[in-house]
Amino acid sequence: METRDLVVIGGGPAGLAAAISAYEEGCTDVLVLERDVMLGGILNQCIHNGFGLHTFREELTGPEYAARYVDRARELGIECELGTMVVDVSADRVVTAVSPARGVFSVQARSVVLAMGCRERPRGALGIPGFRPAGIYSAGTAQRLVNIEGQMPGREVVILGSGDIGLIMARRMTLEGAHVACVAELMPYSGGLKRNIVQCLDDFGIPLLLSHTISRIEGKRRVEAVWVSEVGPDLKPIAGTEVRYPCDTLLLSVGLLPENELSRAAGVELSPVTRGPVVDESLQTSIPGVFACGNVLHVHDLVDYVSQEAAMAGRCAARFVADGARLSEQDEREVPLVATGGVRYTVPARVSASRMDDKLTVRFRVDNVYKDRYVSVYVGDERLLHKKKRVMAPGEMEEVVLKRADLVARPDAERIVVTLEEV
Amino acid sequence: MTQELYDVAVIGAGVSGCAVARELARYDARVCVIEKEEDVCSGTSKANSAIVHAGFDAQPGSLMAKLNVEGNRLMYEWAKELNYGVIPVGSLVVCVSEESRAGLDVLLERGRANGVPDLRIIERDELVAMEPNISDEAVAALYAPTGGIVDCFGLTIALAENATANGVEFLFEAPVSDVRLEGDVWEVTAGDAVVRARAVVNAAGVYADQIHNLVATPDDRLTIVARKGEYYLLDNTVGDYVRHTVFMLPTAMGKGVLVSPTVHGNLIVGPTATDVDDKEATDTTAEGLAEVVAKCSLTVKDVPLRESITNFAGLRAHQQAHDFVIGEVEGAPRFFDCAAIESPGLTSAPAIGQMLARQIGERLGLSEKPEGEFDPTRPGVVNLVIASFDEWAELCRRDPAYGNVVCRCCRVSEAQIVDVIRRNPAATSLDAIKRRTGAMMGRCQGGFCTPKIMEILERELGMDPRDIAKNAKGSELLVDEGRA
Repeated sequence: METRDLVVIGGGPAGLAAAISAYEEGCTDVLVLERDVMLGGILNQCIHNGFGLHTFREELTGPEYAARYVDRARELGIECELGTMVVDVSADRVVTAVSPARGVFSVQARSVVLAMGCRERPRGALGIPGFRPAGIYSAGTAQRLVNIEGQMPGREVVILGSGDIGLIMARRMTLEGAHVACVAELMPYSGGLKRNIVQCLDDFGIPLLLSHTISRIEGKRRVEAVWVSEVGPDLKPIAGTEVRYPCDTLLLSVGLLPENELSRAAGVELSPVTRGPVVDESLQTSIPGVFACGNVLHVHDLVDYVSQEAAMAGRCAARFVADGARLSEQDEREVPLVATGGVRYTVPARVSASRMDDKLTVRFRVDNVYKDRYVSVYVGDERLLHKKKRVMAPGEMEEVVLKRADLVARPDAERIVVTLEEV
Repeated sequence: MTQELYDVAVIGAGVSGCAVARELARYDARVCVIEKEEDVCSGTSKANSAIVHAGFDAQPGSLMAKLNVEGNRLMYEWAKELNYGVIPVGSLVVCVSEESRAGLDVLLERGRANGVPDLRIIERDELVAMEPNISDEAVAALYAPTGGIVDCFGLTIALAENATANGVEFLFEAPVSDVRLEGDVWEVTAGDAVVRARAVVNAAGVYADQIHNLVATPDDRLTIVARKGEYYLLDNTVGDYVRHTVFMLPTAMGKGVLVSPTVHGNLIVGPTATDVDDKEATDTTAEGLAEVVAKCSLTVKDVPLRESITNFAGLRAHQQAHDFVIGEVEGAPRFFDCAAIESPGLTSAPAIGQMLARQIGERLGLSEKPEGEFDPTRPGVVNLVIASFDEWAELCRRDPAYGNVVCRCCRVSEAQIVDVIRRNPAATSLDAIKRRTGAMMGRCQGGFCTPKIMEILERELGMDPRDIAKNAKGSELLVDEGRA
């Protein structure tokens, strides 16, 4: 069987950044397996700008952002197998994949980085009553049809869900000549970035209807109309509030789910909150030598953070290969991170003071819109961080930085708590 | 088309119509199946529980009881030659209150009278061992080992393909508007065509009453009520939440819904039963879906409905007397009803096909094809979900397109999609491809693979992308070409 020091599953922004940083860390025997026929992942269809402000201090389109990593990977001579679908990862890190060129093949990897990304929640996850005609697309599918295939999926559009792809597609469809009647959002707040609401809806006069949902879909063959209803505090439609919107298309942008079928089959422990792997400070999963990063780990708001996180996963994978024993030592003391008081989860979910770098970025999301709250971090009973934030929203990722010295100085701390506080 | 004279015209390419056509193909006969949609299996046959009923429900002595038990046996037997998915998972009728326990004995006796093999009543301990997620209220159950689950699409398609291979013709997108007897010949007006045939089979599903009433005498009117059933379909990550088909024994509180694995590895939960006026009303409703949610917990605890990937509704062809209406219609020579085929109609289909083909063969004086001229076998579509990696590797060596995974959720390759597009009847719509291969049927519901499958259809059939449809005309996916 072919052997590799590192196999990266996925050649999108996460996989490429992980492969590059592993290589730069000295792990040069890297193989990237990508299911699509080109590298770059979902960025290839994200032809709008706004990527890379943090990483490159300039505004790039999705394909341009991806190209920076694709070019770097080529420069380094990192091997990438395209059109290759990974179909199995075993607990002892045998990666089995299939492609038209090679058929079914297996690679024994010393370390693995999971970077498979996420998928969109379908209509069935919401239980929207009505017919099942043509003309109902997830926003990402419509984005692919318009931006990659050069085809037009609809003319009169209603969008359910204010996730970023939905907001982007509201603008995109408008620019392509369609009319977007409204964006309905179940929650009293948007799931997308503030800047996308301004630039994609407000600038085009597209109304955002908060606390609204689709209560019925009409049309046996093709969508003919959708009914938009206001929802109550129970998030159920309020009878009598429905408004009928004649349209031929319904786009859904109702959430992203990390795509962890391979991880689950391998036996990787998954978080019920993020639906991604539970990882330690090295972004290592419950299986030693298997790391995770990007949207397969938890859904990100900005690709810049994906790249940062993935680079760390790549570095840690390289270190694991170089010095596997140290990273997988079971007797190292790990302290769990506890998310509470409005914090939904943290990545990582546990840290080892002896293994972590001097500084560790902990990312999280909040469960509601909060104004003028403090983000607090407790190590044991001691509050070590207390930072005021003007606004926090579920659509945007937050972060705090843990210092190694703080943990080393408190060897008896049983847990680290990340929470929101009013004062 | 108008000049041809068929021996038999079958109206409706659902499972009944296709079963009759396949069995008629054993005879030296010209057979044409007429379908209003663009593909077979587009009505009741595609939207039901996909259960192989053991046969303890129907009243002893009824046609339904006889055909159910016989159909159950044939369902497993035919799978060997037709290669559709069927799994004898066994079924359980769960009793959730001591007071209604007597109902189990009634079913047991009825099943034995109907000739259902190996029925027995099991007590709670055994039930819990068989189904760890069974309700805490469950006290006992009727266990039927011959109960099972079937790929209702695969069965219907296999029958149609095998019928075609043996000379049966199909006419699609041809809604029947008139049936009349001209001399000795039936003329069936179907879309723009007139199909002339010596005999007609009315297998028109929820519309069978309308077809029947075109030819029957005024005192022999048939009324078929469309009875809507709504369902939840859950991701295959929870496909083993129950291992058998779990029914609820009706109580004073009412009738429950079933919870069952499917042959595609999903968990199905439903159906409701609501009579509707509109025979096209395959829409789900807020009330219906809520009812499924409420009722499934009567037999199975904590059904993981958050793993729902889709909802759907189907219409059963219900008739007041609740028995199949099969046979020659009085006053309409050689016009045969195959009507009111409601549950257990799917299970009964093979037996219905045999029975009607025999009746028609005798009535028309058809002779069976000589030995060896009828080929009862039909190659299955490759299923990569159950193939070993070695088998998959071998497939790739034969055709590298097996290495191009198009639908990642249900593991369907380009080769399988091309295969079903090139078969006869051909898959020419997205739904047709979905029913044959399972592509687009999984947790992303076609989010990733729809554009890829559209490309394959475009390439294989030389279609304009704007003509690619979800199913029949009017369900096109694109409105226009983009500017790009």
